[in-house]
Amino acid sequence: MYVAVKGGERAIDNAHRLLAHERRGDSSVPELSLEQIQQQLTLAVDRVMNEGSLYDQELAALAIKQARGDLIEAIFLLRAFRATLPQFGATEPIDTGEMAVGRRISATFKDLPGGQVLGPTFDYTHRLLEFPGEAALQSTALASAPTTGEIMPRATDLLAGADLIEASPKAGEHDRVNDLTQDPLTFPAERDLRLQNLARGDEGFLLALGYSTQRGYGRNHPFAGEIRLGEVEVEFVPEEIGFAVPLGRITVTECQMVNQFRGSATEPPRFTRGYGLGFGHCERKAMAMALVDRALRARELGEEITAPAQEEEFVLSHSDNVQATGFVEHLKLPHYVDFQAELGLIRRLRAEFDEAASATGRAREAAE
Amino acid sequence: MSAPAYNFAYLDEQTKRMIRRAILKAVAIPGYQVPFASREMPMPYGWGTGGVQVTASVLGRDDVLKVIDQGADDTTNAVSIRKFFEKTAGVRTTSSTREATIIQTRHRIPEAPLAEHQILVFQVPIPEPLRFLEPRETETRRMHALAEYGLMHVKLYEDIARHGHIATTYAYPVKVDGRYVMDPSPTPKFDNPKMNDCPALQLFGAGREKRIYAIPPFTCVASLDFDDHPFERYRADETCALCGADDGFLDEIITDDRGGRMFVCSDTDYCEDQRRRVRGPQAASATADRP
Repeated sequence: MYVAVKGGERAIDNAHRLLAHERRGDSSVPELSLEQIQQQLTLAVDRVMNEGSLYDQELAALAIKQARGDLIEAIFLLRAFRATLPQFGATEPIDTGEMAVGRRISATFKDLPGGQVLGPTFDYTHRLLEFPGEAALQSTALASAPTTGEIMPRATDLLAGADLIEASPKAGEHDRVNDLTQDPLTFPAERDLRLQNLARGDEGFLLALGYSTQRGYGRNHPFAGEIRLGEVEVEFVPEEIGFAVPLGRITVTECQMVNQFRGSATEPPRFTRGYGLGFGHCERKAMAMALVDRALRARELGEEITAPAQEEEFVLSHSDNVQATGFVEHLKLPHYVDFQAELGLIRRLRAEFDEAASATGRAREAAE
Repeated sequence: MSAPAYNFAYLDEQTKRMIRRAILKAVAIPGYQVPFASREMPMPYGWGTGGVQVTASVLGRDDVLKVIDQGADDTTNAVSIRKFFEKTAGVRTTSSTREATIIQTRHRIPEAPLAEHQILVFQVPIPEPLRFLEPRETETRRMHALAEYGLMHVKLYEDIARHGHIATTYAYPVKVDGRYVMDPSPTPKFDNPKMNDCPALQLFGAGREKRIYAIPPFTCVASLDFDDHPFERYRADETCALCGADDGFLDEIITDDRGGRMFVCSDTDYCEDQRRRVRGPQAASATADRP
């Protein structure tokens, strides 16, 4: 028999070769290009950029290809790459009010300045498989509507104007935004760190938690005040120049939830906010994030903490899928030293148990 | 998209400086868990990222590195981590405990005694010894601050009441320098006494949990116990089938489906050393394929 003392090194090399082979698949089928992934699997690219915390479509496409389509693995690749990049500083806050909007809907108003813009959405499609050759998948000429050039204020700003919703918190001139990637998360966490954590958090995890609040575990009566998708300008102030210069444009999805109002003896009742923002087109993620953000404001708003989605340590410590997958999958690593120690104890306990049982048996026989 | 050039031992110098600061603090407060800004490493969380970051931060060009997992140099993850440092730092590696200046380990402390010029780096999955008694970080931090360790003693006592023994066989909690209760990482409790008064510096890195802690050389490390139930080491009552050692921790290997099994040293370097000593240098190489 083979005692597995040597051979790890060769086994790893061979496994890597086999992985590369499997990744390529049947070599008679043309290889996927990064452009194809970037152009045709855009939502996968967006998710990887979001949870990978790096806005780079080309690298995200590369990661998806290298990961054989396993998005968590792709996110991991992107994160590990990101961790090696130098940091120049933080950009100016983006202004989603100035967004070049591609989609904007509000569930709280039938119509509002700027109108409802459906944009590219699965929402009202029938989920029927469209087999090759059928018309729907073919690219067709785009419909167009006259642009009014109307400004598109955020729906929540309209409520804020009438003081019906709490004000959006304003940062002070010299407030430093904490950075989750530069300092370890400590509890209790401020909202800036929480939103960073949620923006990087696993979409499925946030979806389930957001859903749980809707089903009564920390219910917070949400309305989708507004969801908007589009391009915003990113600006940076280099110290040498002293004024903001544009770095480029990024696509983001923003969700502003409008939640249950509260008031007190001194404060009039107002709606409260939950906030979600992510790179690219990521509506499900942004909405779930907004629900969870609002649930996690329980402490700040003096609400009773009764449900998992309101438990800050529980949510923020388990949202990261790169951490989660690593630790769950590390169970594949050998644990035989610890198992051996457990085996020794259980054998000893069993021996004592059997001894005690036979002693009882002897005692009974003697009594009879 | 040109290939990026990585720094010596992968991490950039800024990150290394941050980690070294955390290590210095950890050494200054033995057994205290210092939070640090753990980075994403190119291997998964839970696979040694904390240990790798600590090693990368203390590694110099003249260091000789040994990496073990379950006591062995040739387990897959140990190979992978050793290769990582061969590639990113180009340092000399070894499987000899004596020859190494830095030893990164998962789940074991080498059998051969360590010396003053050595650093032992542990990979730690859950640094908080109180975590399974109290899941909240805010609470456990307070408990450590007040040295409020009653809950841990109650747990150990309940084990004795239920099983007649303390049912913790690995990651057995210790008290460092009479102050902080510390998780020694999932080493079998057989290894606990080796931490006490050890001449080498012992560093513990938990990447996913973002904590570093340390035992400075020659520090008192006591396994928690009771006067009437003193701490007991455990090892299988067997000798190694390869080298005949009767003092090292043994792995049990199932040899057939009829209950056949053999015991071999978990520390492969120690095992080879024993064989070299007993049968001369040739015997040591015949490790792998055994009938």
